[in-house]
Amino acid sequence: MSDIDIHSLVGAYAVDALDDLERAAFERHLAECAACRAEVDGLREAAAVIGSSATHDPPAGLRDRVLADIANVRPLPPQTAPAAEPAERQRRRFRPALVAAAAVAVLAVGGGVIVAEPWADDTSQRQPTVAEQVRAAEDAETFTQTLDDGAVATVIRSKSLNRAVLVAEDMEPAPAGKVYELWLEHEGVGMVAAGLMEEGQREVVLEGDPADAVGFGITVEPDGGSDQPTSDPVALIAFENA
Amino acid sequence: MDHLRAVPSGAPSSEGAPEGAVLGDLLARSARGDSQAFAQFYDATSARSYGLALRVVRDPSQAEEVVQEVYLDVWRQSGRYDAGRGSVIGWLLTIVHRRAVDRVRSAEAATRRDATYHQEINPVAHDATAEAAEASLEAHRVRTAMQALTPIQREALELAYFGGYTHTEVATMLDLPVGTAKTRIRDGLIRMRDALGVTTS
Repeated sequence: MSDIDIHSLVGAYAVDALDDLERAAFERHLAECAACRAEVDGLREAAAVIGSSATHDPPAGLRDRVLADIANVRPLPPQTAPAAEPAERQRRRFRPALVAAAAVAVLAVGGGVIVAEPWADDTSQRQPTVAEQVRAAEDAETFTQTLDDGAVATVIRSKSLNRAVLVAEDMEPAPAGKVYELWLEHEGVGMVAAGLMEEGQREVVLEGDPADAVGFGITVEPDGGSDQPTSDPVALIAFENA
Repeated sequence: MDHLRAVPSGAPSSEGAPEGAVLGDLLARSARGDSQAFAQFYDATSARSYGLALRVVRDPSQAEEVVQEVYLDVWRQSGRYDAGRGSVIGWLLTIVHRRAVDRVRSAEAATRRDATYHQEINPVAHDATAEAAEASLEAHRVRTAMQALTPIQREALELAYFGGYTHTEVATMLDLPVGTAKTRIRDGLIRMRDALGVTTS
């Protein structure tokens, strides 16, 4: 598609009137065109005003379902610059939620037992990291894929903990200006952003809800990541029913 | 880069603040895990979300599913809303619209794809909630702004936005040369944007 043609899709894009191929091509273009990004924002705002005029009372049960849905899900953190110590940052971010979810102070590990103390300011007793807990979970499932360039992507998921860890071996660094973005695929929803792989990271705890996911993917995205994949996956793993 | 924001159109809330500020605050609190704030956010926006989903998807139970997924997504993304790019309600309805269109396309509902479409240029509010007064204000604004469009721009925008058709399908349905519909849609949106006063802040 020529450059002259691609800008002309901006209106159709703003009202979701592109087919999948055109949408993917236009989103690649958006990553590089500030003028189109600005125009999309303005046209979407206008389209939303049109849309806001079509109101209708929602069914009564929907409110309860929505509130039940959000009860066990954490809002994603804002997109900020990565902390100096990625592993440290993830431990800080996830520990409170895991402690809240594991009301029982004991996690079973195979035949043995790890005692997870309730949240305390005294951190002299080192708690297991999320990755360790996932690996050690009784219902840990492991999915592996060898990528085209020989790298190996492994995802370990525990449905009971609703956490998953990606372990990447021998992955080439992402091209300059790009980053590897991780996705969890959900039925009827598609790819949901599940975090970025920082340079040099080998292990990444996935954001979101892996327990409900049907698959996992990795794509190459512009620095900072994208809301939706803008390129074909370099890794794509289906979570077969265990 | 210029920041775009719709000229505030929402009726003032009972607290006296414009709706954009109220919704922005509820969203910010939601981002910190405040589910009470999110419940209020739902109450303030659900008639618009469901109404739009229903217009596009037509089937009430599918519309309900779309909206349920949207609010979960909004909860998760609540910390990532960027006020510099548009209003909260604009952001929300953009998500609703995208999900609704994806649902329509994946459902392969043959009955939807027939040529009988309703040219509803006069949207009507069906509810008695607090959103209703605002909705009729909005409906009036939209009707007025739509008058700035040519008939083809209006039809193309209707089919694309509420019908969920791709621009190539719209071209076929309106007997336009391939590639013309996307220009009509863009021109129509630009006229709407200008008529509605979406300006740089």
